[in-house]
Amino acid sequence: MKHLARLAALAIAATLPLTAQAHHYWLLPSSTVLSSPQWITVDAAVSNDMFHFNHVPLGLEALNIVAPDGGKVAPENMAKGKLRSTFDAHLTQPGTYRIQLVRSGVRASWKVDGQPKRWNGSPEAFAKEVPADAAELQVGEFVSRLETFATVGSPSALKPAGQGLELVPLTHPNDLVAGESATFQMVVDGKPAAGVEVTVVRGQSRYRNQLEALKFTTDEAGKFSVTWPQPGMYWLDADLQDAKTSVKAARQRMLSYTVTLEVLPQ
Amino acid sequence: MRKWIPAVLPGVITGGFAGQGLAAELKVKLELPRLNVAEYHRPYVAVWLERPDQSVAANLALWYDLDTKGAEGAGTKWLKDLRQWWRKSGRDLTMPLDGVSGATRPAGQHELGFAEGKAPLGRLPAGQYNLVVEAAREVGGRELVRVPLSWPPKSAQSARAQGQHELGAVSVELKP
Repeated sequence: MKHLARLAALAIAATLPLTAQAHHYWLLPSSTVLSSPQWITVDAAVSNDMFHFNHVPLGLEALNIVAPDGGKVAPENMAKGKLRSTFDAHLTQPGTYRIQLVRSGVRASWKVDGQPKRWNGSPEAFAKEVPADAAELQVGEFVSRLETFATVGSPSALKPAGQGLELVPLTHPNDLVAGESATFQMVVDGKPAAGVEVTVVRGQSRYRNQLEALKFTTDEAGKFSVTWPQPGMYWLDADLQDAKTSVKAARQRMLSYTVTLEVLPQ
Repeated sequence: MRKWIPAVLPGVITGGFAGQGLAAELKVKLELPRLNVAEYHRPYVAVWLERPDQSVAANLALWYDLDTKGAEGAGTKWLKDLRQWWRKSGRDLTMPLDGVSGATRPAGQHELGFAEGKAPLGRLPAGQYNLVVEAAREVGGRELVRVPLSWPPKSAQSARAQGQHELGAVSVELKP
C-alpha cells in the first residue's frame, strides 16, 4: 500500500489537481460473471497504461473480499511480483462479491533540518508520533477505495459502507453490456455527492494513441450515466477533496474511488 | 441425459382446455455446422422465445455439458458463454432445467418440436415473438440468430434465418 499512500501524499502535498496523478492503480479480475462456483484470480498493480503491468505491484495489506452474505472470503495464493500483485479467490456462494482495498488515515510531511520527512498512520498515532510544532508541517487525511466485483449466478444487491467516496451501482456492476446505458451514484459518507468528476477509461489503452477517457459530472442526486462504447475492462475513477477531517491539524480530506468494471459484448 | 421427444401432442390432452381444438405446434430445425478446426468441441446451445422487449417468454432447449464433476469442474461453468441467454434467463434458474436441459449435440441437423399447452412451451399470450438460438463453442465463437414469428399461428407458416459461423440454417414451422 506504500504506493497508494505515496500517491495520496503527493497529491495532498503538492495540492495538484487530483486528476494529475501520473499513475493509475487497479484490480484486474480474471472473470466477473460466473455460472457456477469457481475460482477467479485477480491482479493488482500501479501502472501508466490501463491494465498493463509496467510500473510497480500494489500492496495487498488492505485487501478485503466480501461475500454476498456479508461474510469474508480469504484470498489465497497471494503473491507480490516485481510488476504486479496477485491473489486467487474461491467464490462458492451465489450472488455478488465485493473485492476491495480500503485505506484511510492521516498523512503528514514536515522538515527536519531542511530534510523532508513523511509519515502516515491512524489519527490516534498521529497525535503521538507527529510533533505538532514541526517545521512546514502539512497534514491531510485520506480515504481511498479501490474495488471490483464478481457475481456467481444472479447478481445481488450492494450496499455502500458509508465512509469516504463510493459508487452506488444503480445498474448492477456485473450486468454491463456494450451499447447499453448504466447509471451509478457517487456518495460521500453515504450521502449523494453532486458535481463529482468521474473519469472512465477502457483498458487496452496501450494499443491506441489517445486515452479516450470519458468524463462525467454527477448531477444533483450524485448520479451519472455511462453508455459503454464497446466491450472491455473499464477503469472508473473519481477523486474529491473536502474539509471533513477528524484530526484538527488536517485541513483537507482527500477521497478517492476507483473501480474496474467489465463490459460484455451484446 | 434425456432424449429429445418431438412433442406432437395428442389431441386428447388438450381437449380438456376450454374449448380449444388441437394444440398449435412449433417446430424448429437448426443446423450446427461441421467446422474444420483443429480443436472442436460441441457447442453449448440455448433456444428460447423472446418477447419484443427481448425478455424471455419460454426456454425451449438448453444443450450443455451435463457433467457435474470433471477436471474443469461442472459443465455449468461455461453456461455464461451463452451470454444473452445467461443474462436474460440462465442466471436466475437452477440447472438442470426439467424438460429443457440436454446434452450437447454433434454437428448436423437437429429437430425440435413443441406444442402449445405443454411444457416447455406452455401457453403464451397471443403476440409477436422471436425464436432465438444462441450457440457458444469452447475455444470457438458465439452466434445468435433470431427468427420472428407470431403466436399462436393462424395458418401453417414457416420462417428461417441463416447463421454465419457457429450456426447454420435455423428454420421454424408453425401449425395452428
